[in-house]
Amino acid sequence: MIAEDALKIATQHSAAATNTDPPLLQAHDVSIYYGETAAIKDVSVVATERSITAIIGPSGCGKSTLLRAFNRMNDFIPDARLAGQIRYRGVDIYQPQVDPVEVRRRVGMVFQKPNPFPKSIFKNVSWGPVINGFKGDVPGLVESSLRKAALWDEVKDRLNDSALALSGGQQQRLCIARALALQPDVILMDEPASALDPVSTARIEDLLFELKERYTIVIVTHNMQQAARVSDFTAFLDAGKLVEFGETDQVFTRPKQKRTEDYVSGRFG
Amino acid sequence: MTQLQLDLQLRRRRTRRWQEEAIKGLLFLCALLSIVVTVAIIAVLARESFTFFRSVPVWDFLFGTRWTPLLEPRSFGVLPLLSGTLMIVFGSALIGIPIGLASAIYLSEYASSRVRGIVKPILEVLAGIPTVVYGYFALTFITPLLRVVAPETNIFNAASASIVVGIMVLPMVASLCDDALRAVPDSLRQGAYAVGATQMEVATRVVVPAALSGVMASFVLALSRAVGETMAVTIAAGATPKLTLNPLESIQTMTAFIVNVSLGDTPTGTVEYQTIFAVGALLFCITLVANIAGYRIMRRFREVYE
Amino acid sequence: MSGVLESPANLHRRRTMARAFRTACMLLAWLCLVLLVVLLIHATYEGLPWLDLQFLREFPSRFPERAGIKSALYGSLWLISLTAGFSIPVGVAAAIYLEEYARRSRIHSLIEVSIANLAGVPSIVYGILGLTLFVRWLALGRSVVAGALTMSLLILPVIIIASREALRAVPDSIRQAASALGATQWQTIRHHVLPSALSGILTGTILALSRAIGETAPLIMIGALTYVAFVPAGPMDAFTALPIQIFNWVSRPQQEFHQLAAAGIMVLLTVLLLMNAAAVIIRHRSQRNRL
Repeated sequence: MIAEDALKIATQHSAAATNTDPPLLQAHDVSIYYGETAAIKDVSVVATERSITAIIGPSGCGKSTLLRAFNRMNDFIPDARLAGQIRYRGVDIYQPQVDPVEVRRRVGMVFQKPNPFPKSIFKNVSWGPVINGFKGDVPGLVESSLRKAALWDEVKDRLNDSALALSGGQQQRLCIARALALQPDVILMDEPASALDPVSTARIEDLLFELKERYTIVIVTHNMQQAARVSDFTAFLDAGKLVEFGETDQVFTRPKQKRTEDYVSGRFG
Repeated sequence: MTQLQLDLQLRRRRTRRWQEEAIKGLLFLCALLSIVVTVAIIAVLARESFTFFRSVPVWDFLFGTRWTPLLEPRSFGVLPLLSGTLMIVFGSALIGIPIGLASAIYLSEYASSRVRGIVKPILEVLAGIPTVVYGYFALTFITPLLRVVAPETNIFNAASASIVVGIMVLPMVASLCDDALRAVPDSLRQGAYAVGATQMEVATRVVVPAALSGVMASFVLALSRAVGETMAVTIAAGATPKLTLNPLESIQTMTAFIVNVSLGDTPTGTVEYQTIFAVGALLFCITLVANIAGYRIMRRFREVYE
Repeated sequence: MSGVLESPANLHRRRTMARAFRTACMLLAWLCLVLLVVLLIHATYEGLPWLDLQFLREFPSRFPERAGIKSALYGSLWLISLTAGFSIPVGVAAAIYLEEYARRSRIHSLIEVSIANLAGVPSIVYGILGLTLFVRWLALGRSVVAGALTMSLLILPVIIIASREALRAVPDSIRQAASALGATQWQTIRHHVLPSALSGILTGTILALSRAIGETAPLIMIGALTYVAFVPAGPMDAFTALPIQIFNWVSRPQQEFHQLAAAGIMVLLTVLLLMNAAAVIIRHRSQRNRL
């Protein structure tokens, strides 16, 4: 799929975008190599404002690699190399003069396994903004972030307790609050509910619907039903190549590629 | 926000970048210190040794059999010191290696975790006792005991020093062998038991051979430690360099010689003083070779099992 | 048929040998405890009669009844404090660089090899280095500071190795979480990695320092005096230390001095015991907090 097609699909149905604004987040013919092997090749996807884009595909197809490219977390892998462009609001974030730290302030991430800091709940949420120079009302920011993550009522009386005392689902919502505290535009989520029990998973999915009204979310998931329920756009990756990208409805009910149809109907993966 | 504005916002903040680089540079210098120290040791030993070898031919030093740098007629043959050191090493190996290996076999093959919880800390305590204490123990306890058994034993003798150095290295042998034996996969043991081997046969014919390079590495490293041992031999083994095979006589090791010269009044800059560096250089070379050998063997072991 | 199965006599012999072997290994393992106990009892028996408050307060003397360990005790305290001040920051800094920043390169391998080799160099060689470098070249004389610098070099590899293990034990997920929030590498290390690794670093450091307290040979090389009747008042003063004093007393022929040495040994072992107990307590506390 070439980049222009992806752009067309995304902007056709985006309410907020006009034709002159660049899309919020875009992968433009991106290939990522670990040493000599290509993990993903020539992938182009677009994430528009206030939408949820799901990346699905069988294990090892490169979903997480693609996700991590959006906030330059692949920089930490010694042999990783990127060809093509990742654009945030039209700016190529892999240019040499761009500071990855600045990128990560604007593009947040929630990981598969909840990883709160071994500190208090309050400190977990407040640390990010504070080290990035936030000078305003910190307790207020913490409260609003926890509210947005639907966690405030459960922890408001014990903000100084250790974050590690929370349950798995609560910890993951804390990690979401932590990411929200930086007031990013985009939140990347790498299988956020896969380590959680079904009840917590459902709560996270409800949360995603709420968050969609203010944030742009890109979510990697191996759970197709979750992708179908929650997302507006879906990208299907297989063995590092983008097979199909389009509106979720269309990808799941009227897929254009046979391979997509095989995957969403459960014939493999 | 225009494209340009956004682009600028994402650029590196110069002050913060500078701070990060400065911190990284400072940490790097601290790490570099290890290379600096190594070079310094080699440089110091080499420089003074070269000066020494301008007065004393290398051949005489390495192969001479009389070591009397402070008495007339002067002779600078290092073999008596070397033989003293080797006697201690050999004697300590006789004690430390069998006990260490047997303890390790007991801990890894036979002992319950409760017993391990008692014996392992004891080994750590033994390893942590300073060498002066062992020297004291050799002189005031072991030597009198030896003199009861063999009255011709000198007050200063190689045997009691060897015994305590053996006690000093046995925790190292035990600990390294224990790690090596425990790294052998259980499936090997199970296979041997399944064909009817006794526990001793499994331990000696299956586990130890499988862990052989780890076990050998521990021996080599323990011997290297024995070569470098200073205070126990200074206190208990004596200050008379001589070529002898009799452990009941007093001898002098390379390390004890260096200590004794430092304690004395030898003026700096003289040949006698430079013997410190020549003997020190020989000592350094021996332990370096032994350590490198030990690590190489250890690495081969790790490649197999980790 | 009889060629395949073994005879009962053979089996019995093998079983007996196996039992004997097990007993032998067990006895040799417990022998370590016996040796430790004998050593401690001997030192206590000889030294306890001489161990009193006066012993801790007096300076050494030609007369055993009046001799004390005050100068050595103070000297050791001075030495350990200065050694800690030099070696801990440098050692932890080096460990941080190697674990958090360094990439595979030739310099990196050289540094690793150097540390491994330095860990095995005999302590007396460090003494020779200290003598040449600190006492002569930097003209620090036979001072506490020269001794501390020498000791710092000696225990530096131990601190680096222990600190690296502590840093390695911090899970990578913490670093990733911090980076994803837009933290620079130093911010991540300073606020999350170091605090998590702190107890492991402390434990390793205390154990390294307890090794330094017992070392004698390097101090002799740099000229720590063996007969000192004063307490150091500043880092440039001459000094003595516990193990040196013990060595001095043991080297004398009279039995009273040997017994004084035993008393000194008891003091030294007590100090070591306290330090190791502190390390164990720290390790326990941190493990409890983690759960």
